[in-house]
Amino acid sequence: MSRLSSLTDHALDRAGIRDPFARRAVPPLVIAGLVTLIAWVLGVPPHPTAVIVLAIAYILYLLPRTVRRIALPLTVLTVAVIYPIVWADELNGKNRLFEFPLLGDPPSMDTMVAIVLFAIMAIGLNMVVGYAGLLDLGYVAFYAIGAYTVAWLASPHFSYPDLLGNPGIDINFGAVGVPPGVGGIHISIWLILGIAAIVTAVCGVLIGLPTLRLRGDYLAIVTLGFGEIIHQAALNGDADGISSLLDKKTSFNLTNGAFGINPVDPPGFGSWLSDHLGLPADFILEQGSYVNFVSLAYWSAIGLLLITAFSSIRLRDSRLGRAWIAIREDEIAAAAMGVPLMRTKTWAYAGGAFFGGIAGAWYGSFKQGVFPDDFLFNFSVFILCMVILGGMGNVWGAIAGAAMLTYLDKQGLSQIAEWFNGKDFGVFACDPITADPSKAISAGCLNAPLLATGIYGSILVLAMLFRPQGLIPEQRRKLEFETGVHDEPLMDVRHAPEE
Amino acid sequence: MPAIGLTLVAIVLAWLTKNLVDDWSLFFRVFLIGLTNGSLYALVALGYTLVYGILELINFAHGDVFMIGGMIAATIALTLFNLQETSGLDTLIPAIFVALLVAMAGCALLNATVERIAYKPLRRAPRLIPLITAIGMSFILQDIALIWKGSQPIAMPATPRLSGSIFTLGTCPNCVVYTWNRLLPVVITIPVLIALVYLVRYTRRGKAMRATAQDKDAAAMMGIDVNRTISFAFVIAGALAGAAGVLFAFYFQTIRYDSGFTIGLIAFTAAVLGGIGNLPGAVLGALLIGFIQAFNEGLSWHAPGPGWSQSIVFAILIIILVFRPQGLLGEQTPEGG
Repeated sequence: MSRLSSLTDHALDRAGIRDPFARRAVPPLVIAGLVTLIAWVLGVPPHPTAVIVLAIAYILYLLPRTVRRIALPLTVLTVAVIYPIVWADELNGKNRLFEFPLLGDPPSMDTMVAIVLFAIMAIGLNMVVGYAGLLDLGYVAFYAIGAYTVAWLASPHFSYPDLLGNPGIDINFGAVGVPPGVGGIHISIWLILGIAAIVTAVCGVLIGLPTLRLRGDYLAIVTLGFGEIIHQAALNGDADGISSLLDKKTSFNLTNGAFGINPVDPPGFGSWLSDHLGLPADFILEQGSYVNFVSLAYWSAIGLLLITAFSSIRLRDSRLGRAWIAIREDEIAAAAMGVPLMRTKTWAYAGGAFFGGIAGAWYGSFKQGVFPDDFLFNFSVFILCMVILGGMGNVWGAIAGAAMLTYLDKQGLSQIAEWFNGKDFGVFACDPITADPSKAISAGCLNAPLLATGIYGSILVLAMLFRPQGLIPEQRRKLEFETGVHDEPLMDVRHAPEE
Repeated sequence: MPAIGLTLVAIVLAWLTKNLVDDWSLFFRVFLIGLTNGSLYALVALGYTLVYGILELINFAHGDVFMIGGMIAATIALTLFNLQETSGLDTLIPAIFVALLVAMAGCALLNATVERIAYKPLRRAPRLIPLITAIGMSFILQDIALIWKGSQPIAMPATPRLSGSIFTLGTCPNCVVYTWNRLLPVVITIPVLIALVYLVRYTRRGKAMRATAQDKDAAAMMGIDVNRTISFAFVIAGALAGAAGVLFAFYFQTIRYDSGFTIGLIAFTAAVLGGIGNLPGAVLGALLIGFIQAFNEGLSWHAPGPGWSQSIVFAILIIILVFRPQGLLGEQTPEGG
């Protein structure tokens, strides 16, 4: 890149162009012209989407730095908000804007909802890992707790009378779309989001308090263990599992075991907001081609993401956030400057868990079901990958990482594999009849779901080897990597005075 | 604080005594299972603790190296020796011997390669970075197993000669039977531990390892080849993981691409429990976890059962770390002394 820019600099000097704006504007145009020329020679027509995206990128690039700081997020937000309309047209075949040569279809609306919710989780984890520098390998626990909160508070789960004949619970508080005669607890989703966030934050504090005294690696293994405990509790929380735990016959069914809790109430604004503001009462009843269940859930999720990103940035610049960063840089120095280590770290856990709970609750409601096998260790690593790949400590990085990895996970990898399997590479020609579905690669066919973990593994290793600061590094971290200041504590933290 | 800890220990002891009095044969059967599993975990845990002691790195890929070792063993036994249920000792003993040799060599090489690719270029990076590449390598190794063997478990034949009894206590069905395949991990783990302790404490190489662990720069100035010493630790750890993989394949008779993750997690927990970097501590922690799991799954009076095993292991880990953050026998790392 630097070689290219020096080349263009040289050419501009010889052409006698001194105007800084022109100097900045010309090189991309030259590159674009060259690419177009090559494409024309090879007979590949320029793709409309590519042209539009590049044009927008070029305009953003030309804007002054101060304007760009606002314009870039706004552009991304605008595209994100109008995306359901583009997608609906895409489905109806009105405009085939997107036909990426390798990736195939653009992200579907389900993928987009997942992207937004995983971005919220990535921002939450970023508070713990990126700001406070505490390695959390059990973030999935907070996702699980959020999801189970919505499953308990907005489903017919507790309605069935148990074996002893105790009557079920029947509570309805502002919930939408509950058919008459269905018991159980049904509370408005907006209320549950708050409850889930607080419950998970409390859980974050509970796991944090006994363990934050431990050094980094111990903390990692304890959080990992916490994640496994939550997964196992979800898996064995049915009547049989609880009977076995207590060694006493009970019919109390907390999590419904491996089958999960299903159905969970879908989200909606409720009748009051519908009457007064005209907002849709129940998302699932909306059947329009632009305004429907998925797009409404998506727009609400974007709202949640904006709140999360805003709070995260404001928190980072607050007194607490600066204390987090101080702890990340040097615990001893921070403690010496009067930063209360335990309290600050506990707040980091609580903050990260808070947003994990919100995203988990919304995802449970969107999928209308909560299943224990969603809460595996791999998911914790998946979210951690987003944070690290995007750039630790940077909210925008976390969002970018979430968008890329979620798209790859939900659609991209299988589409690439499909494209690959459809091509005939001679030796590697895919023969779907003889292919073994239990193997990752067999008879020349790629099995995307099985290959996925290895591909994430490779992404992690390659990213750490070649760009350890992430795609969009935080300014402070970037400097550290460039000047070689490493944040290893000088001495053992455990000998530091406790508050 | 100590009072709470002692109370907890007393409750566990009371629970064990009650179970022992209720049904002594069940108790001892379960005890032997715990001893075997614990020895198996110990072999893996030693590898974790060896690497942590020298590099302060949780080698997440270690469990998967172990899994690859098990797969190598299964392949050799099934294809090279055509092992079947009826196979006698004349096939079994060479099969185990060759599998051990190949798996140990293969895993030593694999572990050294992992170190070379994923950890060596990151010696000067912040501590979090090699930890993440370790997780990445773990995923890559799992995927290699998926490409090689697929997602179905590989079944080994149950050979009656290997599960033949050594001695029997009491009259069946109320009896305790000790079998050869149960003995195997125990008789391998104890000498390995002694050899490792000897290696680290009393040999020149061991001295180099301890020096490297304390201060890499100073060690290099004293003429120690730091990179070779670290590679050596990875080779030893890989060989141990390979041996454990062979024992696992022959004892549990099934191995799958994700076996390494579960066992690796347990083994690492064991290493932390005993005090990371501490070789006897790793064995103690592993035996303890083996017993906890076996008692939890096997005993009849107020045992939560197999569904909760992992949770109980981790809950105990958390409780122990709260009371003794340095592990049971104390950690032996440059920072911890």
